[in-house]
Amino acid sequence: MTSDRTASHASATLSRRSFLVKTSLAGGGLVLSLSLPLGQSRSSSTGKFEPNAFIRIGHDGEVVLTMPYVEMGQGTYTSIPMLIAEELEVGLGQVRLEHAPPNEKLYANPLLGVQATGNSNAIRGAWKPLREAGATARIMLIEAAARRWGVDAKHCRAEAGEVIHTPSGRRLKYGELAAKAAMIPPPASVVLKNADEFKLIGTPVRRLDVSGKVNGSALYGIDARPPGLKIATLAQSPVFGGRLKKVDDSAAMAIKGVRQIVRLDDAVAVVADHMGAAKKGLAALKIEWEDGRHAGLSTQDIARELEDATLKAGPVAQDIGDAAKALAGAATRVQASYHLPFLAHATMEPMNCTVHFRGDECEIWVGTQAIARVQAMAAKAAGLPPDKVTVHNHLIGGGFGRRLEADGAVRAVEIAKQVDGPVKVVWTREEDIQHDMYRPYWVDRIEAGLDERGRPVAWTNRFAGSSVIARWLPPAFRNGLDPDTTEGAIDLVYSLPNVHVEYVRVEPPGIPTAFWRSVGPSHNVFVTESFIDELAAAAKQDAVAYRRALLDHNPRAKAVLELAAEKAGWGTPLPQGRGRGVALQNVFGSYLAQVAEVEVAKDGSVRVHRVVCAMDCGIVVNPDTVQAQIQSGVMFGVTAALYGEITLKSGRVEQANFDTYQMLRIDQAPAIEVYLVKSAEPPGGMGEAGTSGIVPAVANAVFAATGRRLRKMPIDPDALKT
Amino acid sequence: MSFTIDVNGIPRSVDVDGDTPLLWVLRDVLGMTGTKFGCGMALCGACTVHLDGAAVRSCITTVDSIGEGKVTTIEAIGGTPAGAKIQRAWLEHEVPQCGYCQSGQIMSASALLADKPHPTDADIDDAMSGNICRCGTYVRIREAIKLAAGSQVKER
Repeated sequence: MTSDRTASHASATLSRRSFLVKTSLAGGGLVLSLSLPLGQSRSSSTGKFEPNAFIRIGHDGEVVLTMPYVEMGQGTYTSIPMLIAEELEVGLGQVRLEHAPPNEKLYANPLLGVQATGNSNAIRGAWKPLREAGATARIMLIEAAARRWGVDAKHCRAEAGEVIHTPSGRRLKYGELAAKAAMIPPPASVVLKNADEFKLIGTPVRRLDVSGKVNGSALYGIDARPPGLKIATLAQSPVFGGRLKKVDDSAAMAIKGVRQIVRLDDAVAVVADHMGAAKKGLAALKIEWEDGRHAGLSTQDIARELEDATLKAGPVAQDIGDAAKALAGAATRVQASYHLPFLAHATMEPMNCTVHFRGDECEIWVGTQAIARVQAMAAKAAGLPPDKVTVHNHLIGGGFGRRLEADGAVRAVEIAKQVDGPVKVVWTREEDIQHDMYRPYWVDRIEAGLDERGRPVAWTNRFAGSSVIARWLPPAFRNGLDPDTTEGAIDLVYSLPNVHVEYVRVEPPGIPTAFWRSVGPSHNVFVTESFIDELAAAAKQDAVAYRRALLDHNPRAKAVLELAAEKAGWGTPLPQGRGRGVALQNVFGSYLAQVAEVEVAKDGSVRVHRVVCAMDCGIVVNPDTVQAQIQSGVMFGVTAALYGEITLKSGRVEQANFDTYQMLRIDQAPAIEVYLVKSAEPPGGMGEAGTSGIVPAVANAVFAATGRRLRKMPIDPDALKT
Repeated sequence: MSFTIDVNGIPRSVDVDGDTPLLWVLRDVLGMTGTKFGCGMALCGACTVHLDGAAVRSCITTVDSIGEGKVTTIEAIGGTPAGAKIQRAWLEHEVPQCGYCQSGQIMSASALLADKPHPTDADIDDAMSGNICRCGTYVRIREAIKLAAGSQVKER
């Protein structure tokens, strides 16, 4: 580690400390900036300078940045400030961060159109507007200084939170200029720095959120403790759509610390002084459920329905050339069908939400990826207008898409409406897994035609499953298609002359679906990268060479593939039982090639030893965060490949805790190497790319090691026994 | 029933049933939220604290089993030589992502380092495989433990 890093770390720690001191004063978790930032500059009696919704500079010189995206481990609370600070000309040690309040107008992600953090698009959405926000403020501060000095602004520059008059060397701090800058009209347009002028962007910057995460002081939603708090835990109908029939609470109410039993249509909650009493009370309830119409449902029923759906035509997601004709004339045809399971998110912080319902208003403490959605849906559940619902956002103990949903907040409001005073509703791990909203089950039917040399001349793919977008962001679901569900299935990196892709939307009965880390590509990249591997095998060609031959028109994809292969030692001998597999993708605006090296034991168990990743994610904002996110995405994907499966039996989720829904642990974790390709392209998404690619890379490596093709996840060791 | 337990060197009295897990005494009764709830069944390690220096899962450690034992939590682990080294190494390698499991990771790693100042990879696997990290920070956890084992931290 260099001394530079140590120095920046010291300042980051300081600013983080002030962040925590400031926010812990209120006693109830992180406190938001409730004075709504304005869309345009305003002069205030306190002398604050607020050129836009993201920046506030006080007369004391404090620079407060309001974060439109939430920190859930992906480093956004460092990379987003870097974008602003680069143009504002302040050091990261000089800024304090606040969570944005719910306000779709001010804080919507331009790529999503809503205020949410997901789909790896924070940096992509923020890249231009937040640098512009910083530049606008800088120009106004410089103008304020120039007027103060009676000089021409073009002889002034900004540096480290000060404006300097270059000829005379005079300086004024931003705080001293705040009141005057607030009177300056904002510039009509700004010129952003070129990449070669960056001082911060591209340098390894210490994460601003880390220090509180090593000493227990970081506050997550589950740590909220407003005065007078009660703790509740709950049981929801074990069959989705079932109802609560009867509860005998006599034993539960006799337990020390249990205060109240709350009955809802489809759930029951025990309110207590602490979670220990609440859990004990819940266990003591005698509950009868009316299971409803999904009582007999099994995963097999859903899989069969999806298989059938792939036999019928669906909306066309992509059509290039004439795939049917090319298929009919192909020398060889290869067909396959793939299945991907339902998956739970299993964030380490179980679902929770704290609500104080006061009749005419409602206050909520939660960690959410979509604060405006929480406000809107909680307001509906509370029977209040949204402006009567205050939401305090917190750090997130794992999002992965789970906290893009507001179901937890809605449930907590339903309970809180029956409780006098604030109540924190905490899901047990079992409730968290059995009442998640799941990554959809997918079935793909795919076929390709090869010419005499083995090159693909036709590619057809029809897949069936749930569209999360259709529920979550209805305007984005058009003509039976949406951009998430098809990402990774269309616009493949390879040059294919004839392509036909259809998507058939089927919403599974009796199980809710939601976004899951790497979203659409978590499904599509597995299928396309497994299938291209099958084509290479059918053509009796090397898996890397086969792909590379299809990349003449895609230099960025070719470069990462070649780099990953070289670093992995592709083609060098491996011991018996080991194999290497490759996967290549261009999703979330980034190019990634991954080579997995696996070992398959005699009992069929698979161990992933090493993963080599080569990434071109455009301009790198914070290189260490890129490394960390790829490492993280790989572990997440390996977990899914080895263990991830949610199944239904008699309408009930069969998995319940980490014994039946297993996670990768440190003793099974692969070594991971990440290589970055230098690029001048705009930044791509980082948080999810590692997950979608590693699953097919592992499956392809198992094929290389055993000759057995895996068309269904997770890996079944019984099928690999020798 | 009332129990008095030693938490971070301070005697704390709590009025709860004897079978109440220590986790909830810490979090909900004493308001010490650094120790985290993950599974409630000793499967994930998020709730790890030290009892007389040994790593234990507070979600299955009942308050009536503690007796005279000394409980140390994440809030005070920096006061021990091993804990201080581990926290410093965690910062140096920027181990945490979402950070939720890291209190437990740090408590397990601190107990390991106090017991074995120079742990092997196998020692690390043994001591740390009970702690799940959903963000998959395992590569850095291993590096950080090795850094801590090699680093000098001034005794307080």
